[in-house]
Amino acid sequence: MTASTLIPGMRDGSKDMQAVAGRSLWDDARRRLFRNRLAVAGMAVLGLLVLAAAIGPFLVPFAFDEVTKTDVYLRPLQSGHLLGTDYIGRDMLARILVGLRVSLGVGITATIVSLVIGIAYGATAGFIGGRVDEGMMRIVDVLYALPFVFFVIVLMVAFGRNIFLIFLAIGAVEWLTMARIVRGQTISLKQAEFVEAARAAGMSGAGIVFRHIVPNLLGPVAVYVTLTIPQVILLESFLSFIGMGVQEPLTSLGTLISIGANNMELATWLLIWPALFMVVLLMSFNFIGDGLRDAIDPKDR
Amino acid sequence: MLRFILRRLLVAIPTLFVIVTATFFLMRAAPGNPFDGERKLPPAIMKNIEARYGLDKPLIVQYGDYLADVVRGDFGPSLKYTGKSVNQIIAENFPTSLKIGLPALILATFLGILLGVIAALKHNRWPDYSAMAIAILGICIPTFVTAPLLVLIFAVKLSWLPIAGITQGLKSYILPVIVLSLPLIAVISRLVRAGMIETLNSNYVRTARAKGLPEHTVVIRHALKTALLPLVSYLGPACAAIITGSLVVEKIFGVPGLGKSFVLGALQRDYTVVMGVVILYAVLVIALNLIADVLYAVLDPRVKLT
Repeated sequence: MTASTLIPGMRDGSKDMQAVAGRSLWDDARRRLFRNRLAVAGMAVLGLLVLAAAIGPFLVPFAFDEVTKTDVYLRPLQSGHLLGTDYIGRDMLARILVGLRVSLGVGITATIVSLVIGIAYGATAGFIGGRVDEGMMRIVDVLYALPFVFFVIVLMVAFGRNIFLIFLAIGAVEWLTMARIVRGQTISLKQAEFVEAARAAGMSGAGIVFRHIVPNLLGPVAVYVTLTIPQVILLESFLSFIGMGVQEPLTSLGTLISIGANNMELATWLLIWPALFMVVLLMSFNFIGDGLRDAIDPKDR
Repeated sequence: MLRFILRRLLVAIPTLFVIVTATFFLMRAAPGNPFDGERKLPPAIMKNIEARYGLDKPLIVQYGDYLADVVRGDFGPSLKYTGKSVNQIIAENFPTSLKIGLPALILATFLGILLGVIAALKHNRWPDYSAMAIAILGICIPTFVTAPLLVLIFAVKLSWLPIAGITQGLKSYILPVIVLSLPLIAVISRLVRAGMIETLNSNYVRTARAKGLPEHTVVIRHALKTALLPLVSYLGPACAAIITGSLVVEKIFGVPGLGKSFVLGALQRDYTVVMGVVILYAVLVIALNLIADVLYAVLDPRVKLT
């Protein structure tokens, strides 16, 4: 750490002495994050993709499930179809945008599910400690050893290919790591000196939790969230690819890639465009995640 | 050490029990049944078939029977392939999966270490940046994208390699093995790079250099030995990744392996095949994780197993 971070406001101190509000941990992290060019590029691209998924389908003149039997396998740019059409004449751009929306939706929803379960479970185990902690973490250990991809597939088979079940099934297997991270963090925070100081100063238990423990949990959790979303998107696409995910006519990037792979000898664009969107999406998440980790946890650099 | 292994084996028992129980009841909860064919079978015949496989007994009795069989290592008969036992199916298809999985693992380890070492030796110079760019691509491009793309380029457009199947000898293994190893190469090279950068800056490497040892001795004998340790604990997750990847690879390349049997079994409600494969993979992952942990402790005297 440089002197200027140890003594807040020192660098530009002469100009505005009364504005030495001090730079918080988060200001520092934000500054580091925005200095990381890859992470900034990732955020920009992700922003564009989210925007495209949100409003794009309304701007494309074709509906994603509009079948035109006469316009089968049109090449990109033919008769107004920017990215061509598929094997039953549906506009690829409209389908990709809807697929993007579904993939992002699954990614974010399932991550929130795993976040809620993971934080509640991990924080409980960490706070209570002792026997309860031991028992709860043993359960996590047992579940960890499950070949979870198989487990998700069996879940999908058992409850049918409902899109909300995909959210739940994926969220239900992704919370384990979150629970471990939160528990470890809670235990180390409980013994931190600043918590002891707050206690000595007469702060209430709830005050300590909300003022000191939760904000310090957020960093690692945020990093893990940005790395979980692409994992979930991958898992959903993987399920769709092997024929157990989102059902037609609704689509996801994985379903589109699967259809593209089956038709690639006739129409390469059916494979290449969804694959490109998928890779760009995953890369932007990974760059943001890596950048966030470096920004929040600078000791790893 | 012995206590550690025993304790881990004791944890493995409830784990396997949970897996068997969960998959058993989930598969039974699935709508449809293995004998739903093109035509509806007459109820009398259906009854006969169900009686033959014991499916007419109460679920809890079936569960008990199944547990007793599994403990004896018998996964029962396949419900879809008449006259074939699940053990037979595994014995036929597992070697095929291994023939792709093992070479992929070896290739990934070799190339991953090579890339990681080069990146670390040229830290923050162009070889480092290009190696890490490859690694990022390997992590971000999933197997179900690389597989069709490589088939498109090397099989459809260039016709150098067969499009699918494993009937054309060595040539037909090239693409599946490469596709399966790509994501692993990415993870391994990042692990090795991080480990190498740390050890190359450590005091004992500086001592080795100060003694005047040649650079390759310092790198290989001193630094690499320590830097490879994290790789050992990655053994378990790596095998899990290979298994997951094999589901995709076997589907795209039409390889008659265990992953394909599993997906097909799940879709056709072949209860016993699904359960047999899940249990086999669970045992594999648990065993490999245990081996990795024990190996780690043997190789690194700083680690104490408790």
